[in-house]
Amino acid sequence: MSILEFIQSSNITLSEKLLEIVYVIIGLVCIYAAMRNLRDQTNEKRIGTAIFWGVLGLLFIIGRWIPSEVAGGLVIVMVLPPIFKQVGAGKDTMKPSEHEMHEGFQALGSRIFIPAFSIGVVALLFALFTSISSLVGITVGVFIGMIILAMMRPKANGPRVFLEDSRRMLDIVGPLVMLPTLLAILGATFTAAGVGDVISDLVGAVIPQGNLVIGIVVYCVGMALFTMIMGNAFAAITVMTVGIGAPFVLSLGADPTIVGSLALTCGYCGTLMTPMAANFNIVPVAILEMDDEYGVIKKQIVPALIMLAFQIALMISLVVL
Amino acid sequence: MELVKLLGILIVIIGFALKWDSILTIMLAAVVTAVIAGMDPILFLQTLGKSFVSNRNMLISVVIFLLTGTLERNGLKDAAKSLMERMKNASAGLILGVYGIFRVIFAAFNVSFGGVAGFVKPVVLPMAEAADEAAGHSLSAKHHDELKGMAAGMENVAWFFGQVLFVGTSGMLLVQGTMSDLGYTVALPQLAAIQIPVAIVAVAVTTIYYFLLDRKLCRHDDLKGFPKGAVAEGSTAKEAK
Repeated sequence: MSILEFIQSSNITLSEKLLEIVYVIIGLVCIYAAMRNLRDQTNEKRIGTAIFWGVLGLLFIIGRWIPSEVAGGLVIVMVLPPIFKQVGAGKDTMKPSEHEMHEGFQALGSRIFIPAFSIGVVALLFALFTSISSLVGITVGVFIGMIILAMMRPKANGPRVFLEDSRRMLDIVGPLVMLPTLLAILGATFTAAGVGDVISDLVGAVIPQGNLVIGIVVYCVGMALFTMIMGNAFAAITVMTVGIGAPFVLSLGADPTIVGSLALTCGYCGTLMTPMAANFNIVPVAILEMDDEYGVIKKQIVPALIMLAFQIALMISLVVL
Repeated sequence: MELVKLLGILIVIIGFALKWDSILTIMLAAVVTAVIAGMDPILFLQTLGKSFVSNRNMLISVVIFLLTGTLERNGLKDAAKSLMERMKNASAGLILGVYGIFRVIFAAFNVSFGGVAGFVKPVVLPMAEAADEAAGHSLSAKHHDELKGMAAGMENVAWFFGQVLFVGTSGMLLVQGTMSDLGYTVALPQLAAIQIPVAIVAVAVTTIYYFLLDRKLCRHDDLKGFPKGAVAEGSTAKEAK
């Protein structure tokens, strides 16, 4: 289908068309980051960085219109720079100073919360009152927030400031911004290769199939344990859902919304209990200058276990009863 | 043998556990799984391309970046700080609880103030410590350390369970994508709605637990030789240090 046909087609919903515009915006932000990094002499890895953000941006804009094997090839090209550690950031000359932030606070005070809340509020309004994707709502909310912020302090917040700040954020987060997407791709590959069938055969040998309560307990506890091993609930949810969630819970008619949503937060309970999630549990120990390396985790075990039990009970009561 | 198909999962577990580069681990697992399953290279590239295009929604955070960096520049952290400072006459446990509520609500709107380094250390922790000291307790070194753990713990609990209330958070987009691969359609607002009672219970449980823990530590400190009323000495000692 050509782009023109896509725009004119009545079979494609307005939401889908608007979403494609959102993807073009994301693509342009990535390409801006690519160009800025390419010209940044202080960035030692500017070529790799530019390839990563540039290809990512390109995939966002033209991904839908090119053959999927070409898109797949571009995905491979895109992940090569991060794999070879060739993505980095230059000197952060745009970092806001304490003085600058304080000046902003002097001028705006609590009014800063108006643009801050606009993303969530608009996303919620879109979800409640339209059938248009919440992601379009988020994007509209972002633009409304930007306009409000620009109107409140026109001199300080020009278009270039917003662009540069988003480039800064991209540089700070780096290629890890791709993590959820890559995990979803991995999940799709697992499903296509039949990995889920193998796991469910294995688990089926241990726990009886057809018992929803046992299935839920194994799925939820499995999410927490698997997350503890990997240190990442995102990595756990694809594998556990394909392997255990689908055959032992969903195939018995359980509501996928309830099951999927709570399974993720059961995984988060695992995140609270593992040193593998260093960003949340070990790095703060250093930041707060604590003596006990596991001082943060120790304070999280009780709430995490209570929440795991609570969520299992909630899932059982919503799904089984 | 069918079991060999699980090699991809093994790679993910080992890779994340041994802290290999995450992207390398995931791509390796995908390629190995495809090879074992006998997918031809073109089909593999097609699966890769198709699932990238259909999962573009997970990078919605890039759009959000257009606003968040500039909010920080305009004093968001100072504004949050002045809001927190309106809390008076509470114990450290309660201060942490209020911070939890505050954090959950803002997380639901995808607003963050800088995490442990940017907000907990400079704002929340000093407030909590000052609250117990103002109530006449001299905090032991152990009590200080435990409060740090609790402050970071509240930060994590509230952020994890609050973030999932935001319609369009990456975790829920991943759930949606995983479900859609399996043939189930789920909607983001419903995925978030189920989390409302969970978030309330999470912050309540953590607050009660920390409140009790802090009260126990305060009593312990008082017994250890710093009775109530020794405030002046205690605070002078602290300033001297």
